[in-house]
Amino acid sequence: MSPTYYIVLSAILFTIGTIGFMVRRNAIVAFMCVELMLNAANLSLVAFSRMHGALDGQIAAFFVMVVAAAEVVIGLAIIVTIFRTRRSASVDDANLLKF
Amino acid sequence: MIGLLPLVTGAEVAFWLLAPVMILAALGLIFAKKAVHCALCLAAVMISLAVQYAALQAPFLFVVQIIVYTGAILMLFLFVLMLVGVDSADSLIETIKGQRVLAVVAGVAFGFLLVLAVGNAIVGQPKGLADANSEYGGNVQGIAALIFTRYVFAFEATSALLITAAVGAMVLAHRERLTKKKTQGDLVAERMQRYAELGEHPGPLPTPGVFARHNAVDTPALLPDGAIAERSVSATLKARGEILDADELVAPVRRTLRAIAGDDDDPSAREPYAGTQIGTAQLGPGRSSPDAADQTRSTTTGEEGR
Repeated sequence: MSPTYYIVLSAILFTIGTIGFMVRRNAIVAFMCVELMLNAANLSLVAFSRMHGALDGQIAAFFVMVVAAAEVVIGLAIIVTIFRTRRSASVDDANLLKF
Repeated sequence: MIGLLPLVTGAEVAFWLLAPVMILAALGLIFAKKAVHCALCLAAVMISLAVQYAALQAPFLFVVQIIVYTGAILMLFLFVLMLVGVDSADSLIETIKGQRVLAVVAGVAFGFLLVLAVGNAIVGQPKGLADANSEYGGNVQGIAALIFTRYVFAFEATSALLITAAVGAMVLAHRERLTKKKTQGDLVAERMQRYAELGEHPGPLPTPGVFARHNAVDTPALLPDGAIAERSVSATLKARGEILDADELVAPVRRTLRAIAGDDDDPSAREPYAGTQIGTAQLGPGRSSPDAADQTRSTTTGEEGR
């Protein structure tokens, strides 16, 4: 099966993730959209790995997963900290840095 | 691949079945109002992606996708959702005017660009991973060989990253205790203080009612005079209005007792049932009398204990 289909699917998922990240106001949901983008990138990496007949693409996808795990831990800890002080998970409420 | 139909492989079936599911679930991430529904949509996308990995000859990533992404990361999301509050709905107010429309337009344009550019760039059939996978005896062995030779420094850096993330999460989530932690002795002293000042009962709360047909926590206990023991059901259930009607619960018992009493006129036969009869007025105004309270404590009725 041609990798083109997988790449197009990956592009569509990435686009949906981007739109979701820009549109949603709940910090946790926006964060989920980032995860969707990472997953879409992983799909294209695995498809390319199969296309070239080498495992390097799968290694890259594996590293993306590790980084995503670390990122989720820190991101969710920040969200919980913000929620504790402001009682809200909306990205609009964290505006103290705005001048 | 097993040929299900002529010229159709399992990978193709998996792709064309799951690609629409993935796109719909991803759209659900944008349109679902509740954050929990978003998490479920993301789970659908991730599991479908795992199947795609399996079809793309990446069994290791297939397992890791399910264990790490769906199992660990998504559960972490759900934990935080529960901490933050499941009901926190998205605010629909636009802080920047026209931001939503512009975001969608820009996103769709970007998607078109991506699909057209990348879709045109690729030509030719894939080589397939059969050779690469069999070089070291399997996919996992091949990945291990690469990780511990060519990518060993990236792998080491990953371990540093994970440790930093763990420490960072602990630092961020840690909160200094500003007040002294209450010991069991403090709690007892507090409870006795409340008893002395307000007359609040220091013992445990009364249990829910036990009836012939119900004994769940939403069943209120009855006092000897037939009134409902308010503290025998949780305040949360009371606020939700999910408490069973005590009169309805008692009615069949009363009916049965009446039937038994009607069949058998011997008043002494009725006596054993009088004790188990739940909170009917026949026990008399026993709420203030200690005898009646003792009697009902041993029976199925919950008691206020005051």
